[in-house]
Amino acid sequence: MGQKSKQFDSFREAVADVKDGSTIGFGGFAMPGVPFNLIKALMEQGAKRLTLVGNTTGGAQQPRMPDMGMLVENGQVAKVICAFTAATRPTDVLPFTKYYESGEVDAELVPQGTLAERMRSAGAGIPAFYTPTAVGTELAEGRETRVINGREYLLEYALKLDYAFIRARKADTFGNLRFHRAQRNFCPVMATAATCTIVEVDEPILPAGAIDPDDVHTPGIFVHRLVQVPPEPEGLWPAKRQERRR
Amino acid sequence: MSETKGLTRQQMADRMALEFQDGWIVNLGVGIPTMCSNTDTGDRDFTYHSENGVIGYGGVASPQEEDLLLVNAGGQNVTLKPGASVVHHADSFAIIRGGHIDVTVMGAYQVSMTGDFANWKLKGQKGGGIGGAMDLAACAKRVFIILEHVTRAGGPRLVTACDLPVTARGVVKLISTNYGLFEPTGDGFLLREIAPGLTVDEIRATTGGKLTVADGLKPVQLSR
Repeated sequence: MGQKSKQFDSFREAVADVKDGSTIGFGGFAMPGVPFNLIKALMEQGAKRLTLVGNTTGGAQQPRMPDMGMLVENGQVAKVICAFTAATRPTDVLPFTKYYESGEVDAELVPQGTLAERMRSAGAGIPAFYTPTAVGTELAEGRETRVINGREYLLEYALKLDYAFIRARKADTFGNLRFHRAQRNFCPVMATAATCTIVEVDEPILPAGAIDPDDVHTPGIFVHRLVQVPPEPEGLWPAKRQERRR
Repeated sequence: MSETKGLTRQQMADRMALEFQDGWIVNLGVGIPTMCSNTDTGDRDFTYHSENGVIGYGGVASPQEEDLLLVNAGGQNVTLKPGASVVHHADSFAIIRGGHIDVTVMGAYQVSMTGDFANWKLKGQKGGGIGGAMDLAACAKRVFIILEHVTRAGGPRLVTACDLPVTARGVVKLISTNYGLFEPTGDGFLLREIAPGLTVDEIRATTGGKLTVADGLKPVQLSR
């Protein structure tokens, strides 16, 4: 694969070919790792009937940065697959909730570890796996379980992605990535599960070899497109979360 | 909004933290459980694991220490202790699913006398917020729960059977409430320690199932 061709000059160009009906994974847990700039570009690009995969639809924190919920509000989404369709605190209301409750958008609620493992499996060529998570809950109702060594497990299927949108600290022209601290979260796993992984990168893209092979978190074989995030205000960067009153 | 009778939220967390043993890998849920690490003076050997893959985090970061890309499960900016490490989500949950977490402490709406608990979905709600709770509940070596003893309407949260959708069944080992420290017994709850200002009769009236009282019932221990 051409290494030069992985570098794109703009987020607009990097997401230009996303088709209606695509399944897209979005990295991120709270602020770190969320591809704010790619989400914004996809809102402008306008692809519809998308299936979004990520931890949460977002919108419970202030200030609000681009999140999956904004694509929902923009009328681009058919379904979300995530670990939260409601907020952790019952007193918080996610913007997504009204679209879900009205039936306008479908959702599949998946325990967070199962969600990560379904994508890991997709990237590793494992079609399905058994997990003890969610056994005995309403999520397991009517689904296949199996007793192995005396314990009951639930069958879960691999989850493939057409695209993964992720954010990293460093990248080289080959697409080798390094993440900073909690920025990593779902990003490496989604990269393995996707046909096309698009990365927004905090720092200038390095020549191949500038990242020591021992220090690579995600190898470039899983990475297809790189865009460097420009400084504010053109580029979007994590903001300090406003503490909420209890 | 908080129940004022008995222990404060911080005291409920402090009591639970006394159960942690040196060398344990500890996972703290959002809300009151997070407070278990507030009084960690660093003289004990606990490693805090956060579901987003941060292992060995310390206290909440001061404005000078703050790194916006370093958060715990609650999204708080935290610090790292010497020896900390970071892994991706699939590895973080391999740590959980593989049984490497010694204790997970979570909040809940209800706990049953058989050790079921409910913390992800309210009555009549479509969908909910599972996060990592089901993975942790099914796979951690011990599940401890911290919750207010009664609902805002005064009803019990320690119940004979959960009427909310459960997170996992038969897993809860220990419960810290503002009324005291409890264990599910199968047909009720054992009151191990009682909060100041509460009577056994008062607790019995607001607890589901059969309440047994520990021999030589002591007040809730709050420090070592």
